[in-house]
Amino acid sequence: MADTITMQVARYRPGQEAEPVFQSYDVPLRKEWAVLDGLNHIKDHVDGTLSYRWSCRMGICGSCGMTVNGSPVLSCATFLTDYAPGPVRVEPLRNFPVVRDLVVDIGDFMAKLPSVKPWLIRDDEPPEGEYLQTPDELDDYKKFSMCINCMLCYSACPVYALDPAFVGPAAIALAQRYNLDSRDEGAADRRDVLSSAEGVWACTFVGECSTACPKGVDPAGAIQRYKLTAATHALKDFLLPRGAR
Amino acid sequence: MTYVKPISTLWWLRRPSYFLFALRELSSVFVAWFVVYLLMLVSAISAGPEAYHRFLDWSTGRVLVLNVVALLFVLLHAVTWFNLAPRAMVVPHVPPVVVLVLHYLLWLGLSAALAWVVLR
Amino acid sequence: MSTFHNVVVVGGGGAGLRAAIAVAEANPRLTVAVVSKVYPMRSHTVSAEGGAAAVAGPDDSLEEHLYDTISGGDWLVDQDAAEAFVQEAPRELLRLEHWGCPWSRQRDGRIAVRAFGGMKKKRTWFAADKTGFHMLHTLFQTTLSNPDVVRYDEWFVTSLLVDDGQVYGVVAIELATGRVETVIANAVILCTGGCGRVFPFTTNANIKTGDGMALAYRAGAPLKDMEFVQYHPTGLPFTGILITEAARAEGGWLLNKDGYRYLQDYDLGTPTPHPVLRSMELGPRDRLSQAFVHEHDKGRTTDTPYGPIVHLDLRHLGAEVIDAKLPFVRELCSKYENIDPVKELIPVRPVVHYMMGGVHTDIHGATSLTGLYAAGEVACVSINGANRLGSNSLPECLVFGARAGQAAAEFVTSTRTAPGAAVYAQARDAQRLLEREFARHAEGSHIGGRERIADIRTEMQTAMENGAGIYRDGESLAKAADRLRDLRERFGRATVDDRSRTFNTEAVALLELSFMLDVAESIVVSALHRGESRGAHQRTDFPGRDDERFLAHSLVRRTPDGGGLVDYMPVKITQWPPGERVYGR
Repeated sequence: MADTITMQVARYRPGQEAEPVFQSYDVPLRKEWAVLDGLNHIKDHVDGTLSYRWSCRMGICGSCGMTVNGSPVLSCATFLTDYAPGPVRVEPLRNFPVVRDLVVDIGDFMAKLPSVKPWLIRDDEPPEGEYLQTPDELDDYKKFSMCINCMLCYSACPVYALDPAFVGPAAIALAQRYNLDSRDEGAADRRDVLSSAEGVWACTFVGECSTACPKGVDPAGAIQRYKLTAATHALKDFLLPRGAR
Repeated sequence: MTYVKPISTLWWLRRPSYFLFALRELSSVFVAWFVVYLLMLVSAISAGPEAYHRFLDWSTGRVLVLNVVALLFVLLHAVTWFNLAPRAMVVPHVPPVVVLVLHYLLWLGLSAALAWVVLR
Repeated sequence: MSTFHNVVVVGGGGAGLRAAIAVAEANPRLTVAVVSKVYPMRSHTVSAEGGAAAVAGPDDSLEEHLYDTISGGDWLVDQDAAEAFVQEAPRELLRLEHWGCPWSRQRDGRIAVRAFGGMKKKRTWFAADKTGFHMLHTLFQTTLSNPDVVRYDEWFVTSLLVDDGQVYGVVAIELATGRVETVIANAVILCTGGCGRVFPFTTNANIKTGDGMALAYRAGAPLKDMEFVQYHPTGLPFTGILITEAARAEGGWLLNKDGYRYLQDYDLGTPTPHPVLRSMELGPRDRLSQAFVHEHDKGRTTDTPYGPIVHLDLRHLGAEVIDAKLPFVRELCSKYENIDPVKELIPVRPVVHYMMGGVHTDIHGATSLTGLYAAGEVACVSINGANRLGSNSLPECLVFGARAGQAAAEFVTSTRTAPGAAVYAQARDAQRLLEREFARHAEGSHIGGRERIADIRTEMQTAMENGAGIYRDGESLAKAADRLRDLRERFGRATVDDRSRTFNTEAVALLELSFMLDVAESIVVSALHRGESRGAHQRTDFPGRDDERFLAHSLVRRTPDGGGLVDYMPVKITQWPPGERVYGR
């Protein structure tokens, strides 16, 4: 194994470059090093001007999503040796405006997220103790509660690229996380946004969101499942008189 | 001052899944063609034997090739659609593969019934 | 530019979001802002794994939780604070349940609890082994439903605005644009978490640089019990990633290089096949980490390129238990160590995990400065004393986050003082000062040559590990103090290559380093003064606990020349006089 590997890192400094350019750095190639360790080596020892987000370095905070050799990944959970002998091409997440180097603007997601009301909705006062929920009922939504908001699914989704109004995989999965929670009564409140043209119906099931998801959330599955729910509701609304729905 | 990367016209060639996605989107044209073709067939039959034979004669050569291509696209559409079924229909305590197999069995059964009606 | 909110919360983790909700609930007419250097769901609460303690079943009692906490903290716990804590923890965890937190359940649908280190009863609520993640996202999503909470995401707070002993807001940099902004407020709540990054090998995320501690310290608020730094006994080598204590609570064993459960040699009980509460692997973290050092001294650890290790053995638990209760442990081991704990031993070593000390507050989260509150790891209330028990910190964030929020809301509702001209002048000065600092470090034309931020940071971390690690003595601490003074001088020559205003992470690293240097100094000076061994503070030159002289909290205040002045205040003892810490017998 060679003892170094070349990282080609996309640089974009507003005012300095009109569009991103690649800059190459040689970094030590070590078995334990994630792509993020390579970037940290560059920032600490070679070029302090390189900007990127990172925090927990254990794949749970969702900060360090990047495009590595064309695929959206968490750079803390993707290892340099998997790309040996290199070069490793590191770019910002696709489908987002680039703020600087590897930092993207996720404001669009942050603005859309509240629109699907991803919180527990109940009309009544909570009980004295806990809401009862069996392990089976927990399993019904558990998978969708694993989303770390890392944005890899948005980066992988060609529909989001073509139609930025699309609510998107993570937000819909989080809406489903609450819809499928036995404690929640807010499905009707979420229906308008989810059933809209920018909601589940914008999805054409490319499935890349679920492939890209580092936490096994399966947003594509969440969306397909909601399509069935939405279709059933539309049919009911059409067929049944108002009182019987 | 953010940079927005323009979408390349060939973006759908970048990944096999994107390509498949593009093909599936395209398949809708061929599904539509099948509907038109079926309507033409019905119209030809209702117009009498002569029109029907003229329609059959027309349906060879290039039209046949078109229909074969259309069939492939419709199959692609159906298969990818069926493969989604277990993820859209989550039935408690029923493994996804059962949902999938049931869909295919239903498809086979309906096709067989249709074939029986047509070829009888 | 400046904006105004009645209350500003600095930090958007468990404590910060809980505090913000509490302010909004206490008085809906108040506006509350959450200013955080990362998006709230990136906050380090997300990494907490094992669980959150609160009395749940009929076989448990508040008394027992209280006693475990006090003895676990080696009697340096303020007992009135701990009483409030154990009393309010169940209600807080229930509220989280009502907000949708996916707690793990028993078959009948009720909350499940698990064993945890130093706890005599099973009382640790958990969401598999991603408890912090689920708690944080539940809190974050709940705040999304509350339009009264205004967020300033990715704003880095650089200083507090203080006038005549009262805090009136913060100065912050909006990272996306580099603009220096001021947020004026009637009260500020610090919820910035810990400072693990002061050490080289830590479970703490990159953002844990002690910002809030330094902000308060510089503003004149004393820091309390800063010498108590918790080492968690089971971190993965190289990365420092935490392997949760829940792994031992579910029945995991710690083995030395001979496959021997060595904890039995350190007065922690006798080995049994099934876990026994407050015994062996379920002893407190300080004692377990100290046992590791002794094993190492006896030559019974295994050497690796990333330091000596022992092994955590989960193999006898089987795939089913591991997948149901510890899926994240399996995921982390496979990703970062390339091993499967179902079949293989996990290499582990003690790792800096938690800061017992912090900004001195009363039981309402109020600091010594009017209008300044603190909650969570940044604060020292103190319920953790000389050693925090695992699973007490998550409920601490909620209980004292809520308390600080309520207290701040009450304060701003009942007082009428408005920020005067001096505050606005200070805001303008702070902005100019920052610009000048930035320009100075960016110039890089200093006498004595340029210094890299990362070099100073690494040397500071090494100095801390060598001088103020699991075992310290007067000499090692004095040496660390010298090194830190030297590093502070070199910090003046630190160079920022990045001149850009847009998302300048190098400027952030510079400011974080300056915060860390302050925090590191406060740790070392507090440790130097405490001539005894208690909990996580072990002085080889003072091996015994000395209740006569040191049953007291240390308070360190910043002197004008940048040094720290230490004095002491009594520990509040209500019902448990100091006793022996007994585990496993």
